[in-house]
Amino acid sequence: MTALHQYSLAALSRGLAAGDFSSVELAQHFLDRIAAHDKRLNSFITVTAEQALAAAEAADARRAAGDAGPLTGIPLAQKDIFNTRGVRTSCGSRMLDNYIAPYDACVIENFDASGAVMLGKTNMDEFAMGSSNETSWYGPAKNPWDVERVPGGSSGGSAAAVAARLAPGATGTDTGGSIRQPAALCGITGLKPTYGRVSRWGMIAFASSLDQAGPMAPSAEDCALLLQAMAGFDERDSTCMEQPVDDYVGALEQGIEGLRIGLPKEYFAEGLDDAVEARIREALKVYESLGAELVEISLPNSHLSAPAYYVVAPAECSSNLSRFDGVRFGHRCENPKDLEDMYCRSRGEGFGDEVKRRILVGTYALSAGYYDAYYLKAQQIRRLISNDFTEAFAEVDVIMGPTTPTPAFRLGEKADDPISMYLSDIYTIAVNLAGLPGMSVPAGQVDGLPVGLHIVGNYWSEARLLNVAHCLQMETDWHQQIPEAFK
Amino acid sequence: MEWETVIGLEIHAQLKTRSKIFSGASTAYGAEPNTQACTVDLGLPGVLPVLNKEVVRMATKFGLAIGAEVARKSVFARKNYFYPDLPKGYQISQFELPVVKAGTLTITLDDGETKVIGVTRAHLEEDAGKSLHEDFHGMTGIDLNRAGTPLLEIVSEPDMRSAREAVAYMRKIHSLVQYLDICDGNMQEGSFRCDANVSVRPKGQEAFGTRTEIKNINSFRFVERAINYEVQRQIDLIEDGGEVVQETRLYDPDRNETRSMRSKEEANDYRYFPDPDLLPLVIEPEFIEQVKKEMPELPDEKKARFESEHGLSSYDANVLIASRATADYFEAVVAELGGEAKLVANWMNGELAARLNRDAIEIEQAPVSADAFAGLLRRIVDNTISGKIAKEVFDAMWNGEGSADEIIDSRGLKQITDSGAIEAIIDNVIANNPSQVEQYRGGQAKLLGYFVGQVMKATQGKANPAQVNQILKQKLDS
Repeated sequence: MTALHQYSLAALSRGLAAGDFSSVELAQHFLDRIAAHDKRLNSFITVTAEQALAAAEAADARRAAGDAGPLTGIPLAQKDIFNTRGVRTSCGSRMLDNYIAPYDACVIENFDASGAVMLGKTNMDEFAMGSSNETSWYGPAKNPWDVERVPGGSSGGSAAAVAARLAPGATGTDTGGSIRQPAALCGITGLKPTYGRVSRWGMIAFASSLDQAGPMAPSAEDCALLLQAMAGFDERDSTCMEQPVDDYVGALEQGIEGLRIGLPKEYFAEGLDDAVEARIREALKVYESLGAELVEISLPNSHLSAPAYYVVAPAECSSNLSRFDGVRFGHRCENPKDLEDMYCRSRGEGFGDEVKRRILVGTYALSAGYYDAYYLKAQQIRRLISNDFTEAFAEVDVIMGPTTPTPAFRLGEKADDPISMYLSDIYTIAVNLAGLPGMSVPAGQVDGLPVGLHIVGNYWSEARLLNVAHCLQMETDWHQQIPEAFK
Repeated sequence: MEWETVIGLEIHAQLKTRSKIFSGASTAYGAEPNTQACTVDLGLPGVLPVLNKEVVRMATKFGLAIGAEVARKSVFARKNYFYPDLPKGYQISQFELPVVKAGTLTITLDDGETKVIGVTRAHLEEDAGKSLHEDFHGMTGIDLNRAGTPLLEIVSEPDMRSAREAVAYMRKIHSLVQYLDICDGNMQEGSFRCDANVSVRPKGQEAFGTRTEIKNINSFRFVERAINYEVQRQIDLIEDGGEVVQETRLYDPDRNETRSMRSKEEANDYRYFPDPDLLPLVIEPEFIEQVKKEMPELPDEKKARFESEHGLSSYDANVLIASRATADYFEAVVAELGGEAKLVANWMNGELAARLNRDAIEIEQAPVSADAFAGLLRRIVDNTISGKIAKEVFDAMWNGEGSADEIIDSRGLKQITDSGAIEAIIDNVIANNPSQVEQYRGGQAKLLGYFVGQVMKATQGKANPAQVNQILKQKLDS
């Protein structure tokens, strides 16, 4: 018999609708799995068992009243970057270890309205700054495919929890690849929507002009269900757009005959692991067999993505994180002797090294006399990168490549080498700089470690991306693979 | 050496919106600390600002009023610095692209001369909270009710050459923002305050001297005193062989002096950059056209109309238009009386102004309404009372004793205009003063005043003075 956790989120949704099991049973099953397995993974910072069961009961009641939607009663793991009323919202930081959010993020409200059940809050790199989950104050989450390896970051806890089927779906946020990179390293599907597609209200800001929330789940179909609930206009976020929300589930089955897939030559170049490239080429062959056409393209300013990103993101974070000053909430040092001492020690103790590094870099980049050379220049480069994509999308429908240059690396392997760590996001950050939607889809394994196919679309093309990903998943079963230890 | 003073002002006018510039919390003054600060004002993790459209309308009105270009696109920027009453660790303001570009304002000086002062720009920003240092022993309390209150910062060119000019400019802006109904102008509550940039240079020299900035002055009197003190301090310093240091200073009204707050070296690097949480503010020409239609009559237009329509002198008109409330009061009284503008102006600029000044209140708080005031003046016009008696009646009205008619009645102040009655009294006075009559008729015409005095004495001042004069002359000269 297939255990509940072995079903995809979409299959569980159908099971609930058919009355095969109740929401309470489902919630209890996943809570039991978390209790049994998460010691090895550390994918959750906080488990909200009691609330989850209460929410599941309410979901069952709602279903009995004939008022259930596709997510009613579906258990989800929420990245600990989203404010959740009455629940600690730590953002992976000692700074917020004592912070109980007094309000819900828009994403949380939307899931509550749909009747989804929150299992808990997942581990993440501190303030979403990291690509390995190692910067978390709560210790790193581990990769279920090899617990000696990183799950990626910053949404590493969500990716690990979903990959180990401790939750059928989760949320992530993506500033430079923080949904797609861990999705790739953990062998699940993850989508970063167009900037402005999902409200940022209540999502703790890292780099406001780049941050975007999105779904993480085994399959594209699962992600479609989740995004349907997450997307939409919210007047509390001035950067959230009044753009109609497509029918993501309805678009999944469309054919892709004649789809033009752009392959940027810059993404198949030096630094890409041969075995990873081989898996990507195999996935592309599947697309060819479905009638898609492969077109080599160029994104000539790709090499400028990382330098621009590592100016813009730290600059914004240096300002966004100023509110963590020990005055109103969060960590305050013991017995400050004066105001400056309170600031210095509260922040010195509350923030970890990577956060401090980025605040320093960002503060420097915005300083008088350096602003033009760094921040302004980086913004100009952003324009160039956007233009590259605009030109590319005049020729092709989607762009594909590897999500990461290598499979999951070992814990500690890059912890002391920030530059090498930053390069693990080399293919994903351009998408954030341009504000485009991007996905990572499981595309095979290398030595038992998952490889992700990166699919990038034009603005507001989430439905098309999910459709293209779904087509691959109808032909392959990489997204259904569960690590042996967590079956 | 002869010195020239150079002054520029940065005025902060709190916009009178009901909710804050980036949140829905109330802006009402005087609530219990931290009861009007929502998640956005508290700078909680994850909150985002949303611009209050009303502030855009208000800024646009101001831009139109000073003949400035209202920027089609302006940008909100973050001004980063740490302070406990600044919840986010940055203030959302406008930096490179302000909403209102350059304009001008004409001020009138005491001697009636006018001068054009350049306004460099005006930009929108949020206010910070308040630090309460007195109420908590050894600690500081933070009240974030004011955090996020909308401000329009109006920056002048360094065009003013004396403290008096600076005050005239500040008064003009104060009047203008109230005319536009965008600021309540309440200086005690901090709704209208200014920073003054002050420098001195030898007369004839073109280059500016080193300036100091005096922060947060919240009354016209203090602006004048602070600038005068600072100018003298700078001149003394230079004449003693010293140098002015560029710094921020604070005015202490109790000691009437300015003190150094922080030097240029200690100044923050604010690391301004466009706020990524807010889109650029785009103002469509249609919106500006719509606001144009809503513009009230402005002080300069009103002054011209008072002169042409009501025949007032430039001086009277200028005093009456100084505040919108005063002008409205004037027009209400004139409308009630159906004219008599000159009489109204004299009484407002004389008796009314004196009482307001004595009690240190604004015309809005005057105990005598425009209607009641018109009731008083009507009795002068229709000869029920003389101007002299009217002052007594006005005092009683001011003390809340009732309407002009009630007071005239209850005190029996009604003027005697019955010529028969006046004649009888005059006959009596003539009969009782034969020697004075003889002297008058002998050529001492100035004795007429004596007879008028006797009649007034006999009537307790109630006889109509014009009639008394006329009848007396008639009787004595015949």
